[in-house]
Amino acid sequence: MDTPSPAVVTVRSLTKRFGPDGPPALDALDAEILPGEITGLVGPDGAGKTTLIRLMTGLMAPTEGHVEVFGNDTRTRAQAVQEAIGYMPQRFGLYEDLSVLENLTLYAELRGLPEQDRPEVFAELLRFTDLARFTARLAGRLSGGMKQKLGLACALLKKPRLLLLDEPGVGVDPISRRELWSMVENLTREGIAVVWSTAYLDEAEACSRVLLLNEGKLLFAGPPGQLTGRTRGRVFRVSGFQGRKRDVLAGLLEDPLVSDGVIQGEALRLVLRQESPPERLQGMVMVPAEPRFEDSFVDLLGGGPGGRSVLAENTREFPKDDPKPAIEARGLTRMFGDFTAAADITFSVPRGEIFGLLGPNGAGKSTTFKMLCGLLKPTRGEGRVAGFDLRRDGANARNRLGYMAQKFSLYGDLSVAQNLDFFAGVYGLDRASRRARTRMMTEIFDLGPYARQSARDLPLGLKQRLALACSVMHEPDVLFLDEPTSGVDPITRREFWTHINGLVERGVSVLVTTHFMDEAEYCDRISLIYRGRSIALGSPDDLKASARSDDLPDPTMEDAFIALIRKSGADGEPKGGTVS
Amino acid sequence: MAVRERLFALVVKELLAILRDPRGRVVLIAPPMVQLLVFSFAATLDVTRIDIAVLNQDAGHHSIEAIQRIAGAPPFRTIHYVHSPAELEDAIVMQRAIAAIQFGSDFSRNVDSGREARIQVLLDGRKSNAAQIVFSYLNRIFAEVASEYPLSLRARDMAGPGVDVVARAWFNPNLEDLWYMVPSLVAVIALLMGLLVTALSIARERELGTFDQLMVSPLRTWEILVGKVIPPMMIGFVHITLFVLAAVFLFRVPLNGSLPLLYGASFFFLFATVGVGLFLSAASTTQQQAILGAFVFMVPSLVLSGFVTPIENMPGWLQVVSYANPVRYYLIIVKGVFLKDLPADAIFQNTVPMAVIGVVTMLAATWLFRHRQE
Repeated sequence: MDTPSPAVVTVRSLTKRFGPDGPPALDALDAEILPGEITGLVGPDGAGKTTLIRLMTGLMAPTEGHVEVFGNDTRTRAQAVQEAIGYMPQRFGLYEDLSVLENLTLYAELRGLPEQDRPEVFAELLRFTDLARFTARLAGRLSGGMKQKLGLACALLKKPRLLLLDEPGVGVDPISRRELWSMVENLTREGIAVVWSTAYLDEAEACSRVLLLNEGKLLFAGPPGQLTGRTRGRVFRVSGFQGRKRDVLAGLLEDPLVSDGVIQGEALRLVLRQESPPERLQGMVMVPAEPRFEDSFVDLLGGGPGGRSVLAENTREFPKDDPKPAIEARGLTRMFGDFTAAADITFSVPRGEIFGLLGPNGAGKSTTFKMLCGLLKPTRGEGRVAGFDLRRDGANARNRLGYMAQKFSLYGDLSVAQNLDFFAGVYGLDRASRRARTRMMTEIFDLGPYARQSARDLPLGLKQRLALACSVMHEPDVLFLDEPTSGVDPITRREFWTHINGLVERGVSVLVTTHFMDEAEYCDRISLIYRGRSIALGSPDDLKASARSDDLPDPTMEDAFIALIRKSGADGEPKGGTVS
Repeated sequence: MAVRERLFALVVKELLAILRDPRGRVVLIAPPMVQLLVFSFAATLDVTRIDIAVLNQDAGHHSIEAIQRIAGAPPFRTIHYVHSPAELEDAIVMQRAIAAIQFGSDFSRNVDSGREARIQVLLDGRKSNAAQIVFSYLNRIFAEVASEYPLSLRARDMAGPGVDVVARAWFNPNLEDLWYMVPSLVAVIALLMGLLVTALSIARERELGTFDQLMVSPLRTWEILVGKVIPPMMIGFVHITLFVLAAVFLFRVPLNGSLPLLYGASFFFLFATVGVGLFLSAASTTQQQAILGAFVFMVPSLVLSGFVTPIENMPGWLQVVSYANPVRYYLIIVKGVFLKDLPADAIFQNTVPMAVIGVVTMLAATWLFRHRQE
């Protein structure tokens, strides 16, 4: 169907390379952005989302092909393009030492908004973003969500006809994320075209249209439902099986008829290659489920990886019946000055369990996590890992734990092999076992071809593998994972969790922090951390059940999170707009 | 033993991290290269292939004698003879000559009768440095000519006692400075490397986030610190060696004293500077802060070391401050070992304060490191 209004942005066989021989960051892209709707720019980190947005702003010139914004070629008429658009980069350049109002005034000057128009525009934007009560507050003191709202207000000062938002949902708690979304939705009613880039595939479902990017290639363009529909009738929620869920999933994933599968609380979510279930599912309870964008994305990529973890098969068995908990937090409290970052956090993780700390950035989950792996000393309370008190026996405790932070755990300047050698050495392995372990890790994670490459230059998925390899080099009993798969593509995420599931089956215990709701589903139990407190603790199914209502018969983890925050009365964040 | 394995892994990692990081390599290579280039340039500050213009209005033989001596001196290439003051000026303006000499018509007469004899020299101020050196060459030649004529008293005064300087040294008035400068450079480069490499090490890890990874490994605090101290000291020794070799073979500075003693003292000097670097590193969150801190320490420590001005010329309280400056002691040692075979007890006397400073800075760095961990 032809739309009467012409496309706002037209992208024609667009290729962008960084460096003459580098792989294309964007590869022969053709796309259109239409006015009056939210176009989701969806894909994992490194897919080319930011590059595409920057090309649309004219801040970057394409290597080949053209980008036209309102009929202006970004190469020749960048000025005209920039006057018509509002752009909010990933980290909006707010001046942290200026107040909300001063930031607005500054950007009004920069954008050349006439002085006499300012009071009216400011008033409207402040009402719109619900920041009117905070005009005197320093931008640095705002919460993540409020910062994004202020950034949005600054981008809207001179009403743009095209609004480019680069990952506005990152670092924002779910409530603020929904508020932000509804604000942007209101803008589209005025005919503004919005581009919302995201690595969260659940955000894609709410967009009018999506551009799905993976490794610089456009995999899909169109309404998200069209892609989601691809797996309709092939998605099932499976329960009632014999044995442990991780074991069952691993077996099922090896079946050629199963395209993809993840753990969902106590049940499994499977995507089959055909509509009739394979034999091995007989005897299990299969309920057809609504397909999701992610199911179809994985399916489009040819299905998830298998369920076998060679890593787990090569890991020794840890006794699961050890009565001592693997991780114990008792009344952990941490103050920074008079600010309580974490208050009275108590839980214990038995052997062979995945425990999740779930919460938005700045809620205190990282503080709790850091206290438990010995990076921060608690103000009050105590933490134990593998039976060792972190305060008295820190070095022993650290010898038993593996740590992996998705973003930062490797030495980028060292090669893959050197990173492996370093971690083997630092964990005090002797020469023979060092050689054996590094060789094994190289084989398991298929790192051989990259051994001499600097870790910095690896694609994200390989970095992820290397980070996991380094953190389990010494066969730890306890794994600490900090946002382990945020931003990585769904295939890599499944591969990662296959290994973790396998290790847990061997008796390894895992503490994971995440603000990624799907990741929470892999946990046996979750503690919801909000504003420094644990507001709920239970299995994913329990938490979801507590949010079930007539309006929401099948709440997602995110729904549960929002409901629990509301219930706890900790919802002090000002509400703005309507919650969708 | 596990501790040895861990330390070894740390040191290897640290060296690799510096050598594989392009910016790290710049830190290692640029400062010594710049210093070597600057000083080897300074060493060959001789100006050669000089073109001059001469306007000789004198009919006597003294002016001819002087001109012939100029023509015979190796650095002078061409002598343009001109016939009017206007042409003389033109030679300078058009850059045909860097200096223009004019002998007045009464020049030889004045010399013979013992009166003041004047020579006018015009110099091209656009090339002030080279012109100045050319002027000093000319002065020497004129002084020599004059000294052979005892009657010309005025000229003899001008020549002074410098007449008997060895021929080669005429044209390299900086030579003695070089002897003094090059050993000092050993101290400067060791200071720079010790500070910079160490200051960057922890800050770099903090900035990249690998620091947390290090802290959750079984490494103990002291192991991390030792792992951070050894590599910069190794790098410092490499640079010291490089500069000692350059001093001896490139700049031909005599090495009169004991090399093993110099290296022994160098160990403590590096220990002290690396301690300061470690302290700065523990105190900073970003590499920028660390570099800034390193320079804030480095500049005054060079100024207060006797490198630039003699310590005796400083105000009393500054002289007291300079006792806390490791560079002060090391400078005495390097210059002493190179130029005058400083005796072992003097080296020892100057090494002890460096060792004390090193222990203090290391302890301070350890304290800060633990403190900052909170």
